[in-house]
Amino acid sequence: MDKVSSFPKTLVDVPMHYCPGCTHGIIHRLVAEVIEEMEIAFKTVGIASVGCSCFCYDYFNFDVVASAHGRAPATATGVKRVHPECLVFTYQGDGDLAAIGTAEIIHAAVRGEKISVIFVNNGIYGMTGGQMAPTTLPEMKATTSPYGRSTALTGYPIKMTEMLALQDGCVYAERTKISSVATINKTKKAIRKSFELQIAGKGFSVVEILSTCPTNWGMEPLESIKWMEENLETYYPVGLIKDEKEVK
Amino acid sequence: MTTKVLMKGSEAIAEAAILSGCRYFFGYPITPQNEIPEYLAKHLPKVGGTFLQAESEISAIYMVLGGAAAGARVMTSSSSPGISLKQEGISYMAGAETPCVIVNIMRGGPGLGAIQGAQPDYWQATRGGGHGDYRLLVLAPATVQEAVDLTYQAFDLADKYRNPVMILGDGILAQIMEPVELPEANNQLPDKAWAVGKNENRPRNIVSSSYPKVDELEKVSIRLHERYAQIKKNEVRWDSYLTDDAEYVIASYGSAARIAKAAIKMARAEGIKVGLIRPISVWPFPTEPFQNIVPQTKFFLSFEMCTGQMIDDVRLAIGNERPVYHYGRLGGVIPLPEELLAKIKELVKEAK
Repeated sequence: MDKVSSFPKTLVDVPMHYCPGCTHGIIHRLVAEVIEEMEIAFKTVGIASVGCSCFCYDYFNFDVVASAHGRAPATATGVKRVHPECLVFTYQGDGDLAAIGTAEIIHAAVRGEKISVIFVNNGIYGMTGGQMAPTTLPEMKATTSPYGRSTALTGYPIKMTEMLALQDGCVYAERTKISSVATINKTKKAIRKSFELQIAGKGFSVVEILSTCPTNWGMEPLESIKWMEENLETYYPVGLIKDEKEVK
Repeated sequence: MTTKVLMKGSEAIAEAAILSGCRYFFGYPITPQNEIPEYLAKHLPKVGGTFLQAESEISAIYMVLGGAAAGARVMTSSSSPGISLKQEGISYMAGAETPCVIVNIMRGGPGLGAIQGAQPDYWQATRGGGHGDYRLLVLAPATVQEAVDLTYQAFDLADKYRNPVMILGDGILAQIMEPVELPEANNQLPDKAWAVGKNENRPRNIVSSSYPKVDELEKVSIRLHERYAQIKKNEVRWDSYLTDDAEYVIASYGSAARIAKAAIKMARAEGIKVGLIRPISVWPFPTEPFQNIVPQTKFFLSFEMCTGQMIDDVRLAIGNERPVYHYGRLGGVIPLPEELLAKIKELVKEAK
């Protein structure tokens, strides 16, 4: 019998610190599998951000630079300009990318920086304990929106990937989700496409991945997935937002 | 015979960086240092380098972090308010042990302040500036030639100690034109086995200032502290002027020290035995020359273009042995030698 799957060499075989039901572990593995399948681990540099995924340097078995909150796209820019032959990607959550790091991510797209962005959106700050994020849905409860997010007080959720797709330097933008084997496979394809476009020297690309935070949402993992699909996804529809073909 | 060229301070700093092997510059416009990025935008592409204007000082310093983590010689430059914005990244770079050169062309503050040259950021430069228990190696040139020499050396020092190095200048130094002798291009850059990039024949490299385990972070802090001790031992630089028979000693650095020299000449013409100790490395601070001159000295006068910051280091060096006074103008007003002379005469009269 042929072996169809095994633990990727691009991941370190250690227990992850993520909560039960968290989708970071799945997304880490997808990124690692794509890099292994493309046989580019020897020239990959990941850029860790700040949030739950800041310790991804413990799990990825290739070079990683750890940046500050929101600054991963700028750090990626520095690495990529020095090593244009490398695959350089940032791994950022919504608290990092959609709040403190808006300037860095927008301008990386504006410059057409040849990097890939893995943007994990669960609509909440996970690492710091469930505070409201710019991506938090209206009426959604968080520790800093204990009565539910008031749009009168804090405005509306930010649609980052749509905003990035508007920039001419962005060649590919897609939103996926982690909810089933089918959507996991779709997400993997999107990551692969982003990495292939970068290796081909095309430009900036982003894969936004809707995910869950059972701990801070106060739900069971399965319930979280259902809630994500019924709520988060209605505000952030999954699908292709900008395809390479649209780029002139 | 060596050839000298007439260069503006800021452009000379930029050229010295290129000659030292710097091929990447990330910055954001701010007066009075714009000639540094402008020069590099023009000249870096000619040597295969990259000049990139960032969307903010914050972004620029993290591009520097990325470039430095990738093993390149990288520089950024800014002026006081912009350096404040860079402090987060400078702290990260100190923690991640990534070498780089940061040029700070100081101007009057606080806040937006004014664009004229001043020296109000000595504390920020010498005490770390950002959060955390770290130090920068800080070099303060007084002439365009010294700015060239120190910038050229700064890249070697940054690589040697794997630590950011700051060139602390001011608007006067950046704008003044003087003849300079340029060093030869450095073609021997050090190997950086710790840097990220292509990694076929080695285990993965991680460049990070994140150490979530406290005992691990304590070990890192001790290692950094030991490195700072080495810097203190090896890299103290200073100059002196007419101190052999001096009874009164002025402490001054950078452009202010040039004004001090002029005032000293005038005082000497009147028979007042005054001399100058000029720290070139303001961190590490040259404590010994101050301590050694105490026996012959009646008082020290710290002459700075601020309300008095380096005066703290003079006092730390000599303790309560002698009085330490301060004189300076603020907000970008350039003090005249005559003003300093008047202050010297006033203090000499009081001391008698």
